[in-house]
Amino acid sequence: MLNKRIAFRASLFAIALSTALLTGCQTMKERVLDSSADGQTSVELRAIQSRSFDTTDKQKTMRTVIATLQDLGFVVDKADLDLGSVSATKLNGYALRMTVTVRPGASGKNMIVRANAQYNSKPVTDPKPYQDFFVSLQKSLFLTANNVD
Amino acid sequence: MKKLISCIAITGLLAGCVQPIPPEALQFQGDTLANRQIQARKYEIKSEKELLGASSSVLQDMGFNLDESNTTLGLIVASKSRDATDGGQIAGAILLGVLFGAAAVNYDSKQTIRASLVTKPASTNNPIDVTVNTKNGKQIKFDQPVPEGKGYVVRVTFQRLVWNQRGVLTKIEGINDADIYQEFYEKLSKSIFLQAQNVE
Repeated sequence: MLNKRIAFRASLFAIALSTALLTGCQTMKERVLDSSADGQTSVELRAIQSRSFDTTDKQKTMRTVIATLQDLGFVVDKADLDLGSVSATKLNGYALRMTVTVRPGASGKNMIVRANAQYNSKPVTDPKPYQDFFVSLQKSLFLTANNVD
Repeated sequence: MKKLISCIAITGLLAGCVQPIPPEALQFQGDTLANRQIQARKYEIKSEKELLGASSSVLQDMGFNLDESNTTLGLIVASKSRDATDGGQIAGAILLGVLFGAAAVNYDSKQTIRASLVTKPASTNNPIDVTVNTKNGKQIKFDQPVPEGKGYVVRVTFQRLVWNQRGVLTKIEGINDADIYQEFYEKLSKSIFLQAQNVE
């Protein structure tokens, strides 16, 4: 009898805890806007996701981005030279989707490359995967990736 | 106590929907270069558009529908849906069904195969490495790959998504079978030849 009671209390506690944790997840608004992604501001996120390369050749940079994505096992979904965007998906037991945009920097002497990734159904906000991506890209570009001010 | 532990474990599973991205996902690996060699071929052809045209014909020969293309960047994206049933797997499923009932039976039923084909001007594998001293004593190092000026490199990559007979996505993977790429490029070589001969 006592055991049953403890078990009942335990399951009640578990339900309450999971409800609390689940509600602690995210609302639809937060999911649409990704507004509470690890408490990062969009400035921080841009810094993590962007690098500057000392080149003015947009087309060559984009072709190198595509080649790098292929090297990393991605299949390209679409690309647009005017917009400077490339989207690609890697399937390897998981789905990793990336959009990379290339645009001229304000100085007119560099190209800003920005990548953003989604792992399964989560945004990637950790700096490390982006660092890895830019290291791979700079190896292909034969240029050094600089932080964007 | 056991119940409590299992309850907490379930709670943890429900709440902890966070899965970290594998560390090697965006790094070059030991097999990167080998894969590049399997998936890419160089063609001595003057026009990139001609090469893209021949490539899209081959993809069409293979039953792919074009989803997206960008000739200025040398890109074609194509896909097709096909049957994914496999004799061996069905036999296994029947055995499982006999042993554990119909609910245990799962077999691959449908798949979508995606391909992206990218062309780019060929460059030498050994970039020149030059160090130049400027007038004001500044050292500049060049280690750019040099365009060869003749020929283009084609690289195609395939991936597939497989659903079982219940419509549940069971497999998502890249296709890295050397034979498939080998045969693709044999077809492409023929297609380029035919196009050059103006054979419709």
